[in-house]
Amino acid sequence: MAVKEQVSAATRISTGTEKSRRRFPWGKVGRYTAVVVIVFICLAPLYWSFATAVKSGLELNASPPTLFPHTFSWENFASDFALSTFTRDLLNTTIIATITTILALVIGILAAYAIARTKFHGKGFVLGLTLSVTLIPFIAMVGPLFVAFTGPIPIYNTYTALIIPDLVICLPITVWFMTSFFRDLPPDLEEAARVDGASRMRALWTIIVPLTAPGVFAAAILTFIAVYNDFIFGLTLTADEAAQPITVGVSRFAGEHTIPWGEIAAAAVIVTVPLAILVLILQRRIVSGLTAGAVKG
Amino acid sequence: MATQAVKAEAVVTSKRPTLRERLDLGNGYTPYLLVLPTVIAILLIAGYPIVNSFIQSLQDNPLSTSPNFVGLQNYVQVFQSSEFHSAVAVTFGFTIIAVFLETVFGLGIALLINTTFPGRGLVRAAILVPWAFPTVISAQIWYLMYNDRTGIVSYLMQQVHLLPRGGTLLQSANGIILASIITDVWKTTPFMALLLLAGLQVIPSELYEAAGVDGSTKWQQFWSITLPMLTGPLLIALLFRTLASMGVFDLLYILGGNQVESMASFSYNYMFTRSTFDFAAGVTASMVLFFTGMIIALLFVLWMRVAQR
Repeated sequence: MAVKEQVSAATRISTGTEKSRRRFPWGKVGRYTAVVVIVFICLAPLYWSFATAVKSGLELNASPPTLFPHTFSWENFASDFALSTFTRDLLNTTIIATITTILALVIGILAAYAIARTKFHGKGFVLGLTLSVTLIPFIAMVGPLFVAFTGPIPIYNTYTALIIPDLVICLPITVWFMTSFFRDLPPDLEEAARVDGASRMRALWTIIVPLTAPGVFAAAILTFIAVYNDFIFGLTLTADEAAQPITVGVSRFAGEHTIPWGEIAAAAVIVTVPLAILVLILQRRIVSGLTAGAVKG
Repeated sequence: MATQAVKAEAVVTSKRPTLRERLDLGNGYTPYLLVLPTVIAILLIAGYPIVNSFIQSLQDNPLSTSPNFVGLQNYVQVFQSSEFHSAVAVTFGFTIIAVFLETVFGLGIALLINTTFPGRGLVRAAILVPWAFPTVISAQIWYLMYNDRTGIVSYLMQQVHLLPRGGTLLQSANGIILASIITDVWKTTPFMALLLLAGLQVIPSELYEAAGVDGSTKWQQFWSITLPMLTGPLLIALLFRTLASMGVFDLLYILGGNQVESMASFSYNYMFTRSTFDFAAGVTASMVLFFTGMIIALLFVLWMRVAQR
């Protein structure tokens, strides 16, 4: 059409840039200042955790605090790992997060397949129910769970006690993500497989899931991080290092007289740096997964 | 032909479809089986505790073997408690200010990332770092930075005279709320930015090009194109963030302890750190929080319906 040609011509002349980008309105200086400020604010606490973790003894108590560590020692890290409850907490979190992620993925993929590929009554109900979980304040769930797990279902202070609530808070992630990815997948390949005689389940697990592997990956990571983040269920449903996650373990670090800041900072580094590296390596998948899910939602 | 006559008879004399036949939309019962684990898990693990909490909030001593029903007495008691009033004020103040700031900053960052420039990848990577911190761990690091003697944030604020020498944000209730807001904004602005970025990337660039040809400025384009098209994703993001902020627990537990409580940490303190007589009050408070959240969610849904016209 004539209008569209005019528009494209005008664009080529005036901007000369690729058509899918908007100019940030404040010019180059504003833009670079914003970049510096944003990057600094985002990374500063991570730097401070690391700096505090490698300081030792007197320098930790220095007032005013030293911007760059004068002493450099790994003793806080060593002290953390020497603490048996600390390493046990790390193990707890890893196991709980892994099992929850696997369960949430399997259950979520089944539901997502049904929603994306089949017809049935109540699709809206299932999607709405899954979404409504994200609107619940977790504190409203802990009372009865605590009573149940210290009474008729005696699993208080075990992995199961945490896997159960963590699973439910992760189902919205897996269901919505995988539904979005399955919907985007053209049905040709699975239809071909089913014509060849494969059952629906076989088509799901041997064709659809491998094809949507980036989505599965992104959902797995987001679920893992969500479980890692849990604090309130860990706090109320465990009592000690038998099952407490690292988030709760670090909060129970505080000593009788002084708070061991060096050890806490070292713990923060130990917990966060692997997560940060994981997130950075997989950032493209995560961002595309989040944005895809958000748009479809 | 004979078969056609038989078929015609069968059609005329067939019954109304049974429930089983109505459920089957062409795929048998399989879909229902596939979603069953999800539905059961949610109803059982999330639904049952909520219902049970509500029942407990109507009882006198819910932890005993024979609790008494006392109707709304717990609610009356909780609503008269000044400590609860403070918790409500803290929660609402925190939510309104934090969500507002996260949205404004998140939108700014999203607009920034949506353009191409050297360093864009660096920003996109950097904003994921706060997100990688588990919430309670970030609360403790910020607690460290807010410390009056050894905290870097307090030191900097003292240097620019926002705080007196040796002062800290954590020494007053309002200061603790402000500190919580700062930490929360740091932690969740990236998440808002990504959600809004998704919304921005859906806006067709032809709209901007056409407007540019017409001679409108960037500001006008922002208000007349960007914001209206962003309303849908924005409202959804606002709904989730608002409800999540209302339930804030980790931050106030670390930074406020018993002194400054949100509705959630108030509930926790009453349920788990005091005598068993206080358990009912805690559960009741958590129910108030839950119902408030539901009302707000309803308002948002109505807003979204209206906005879609």
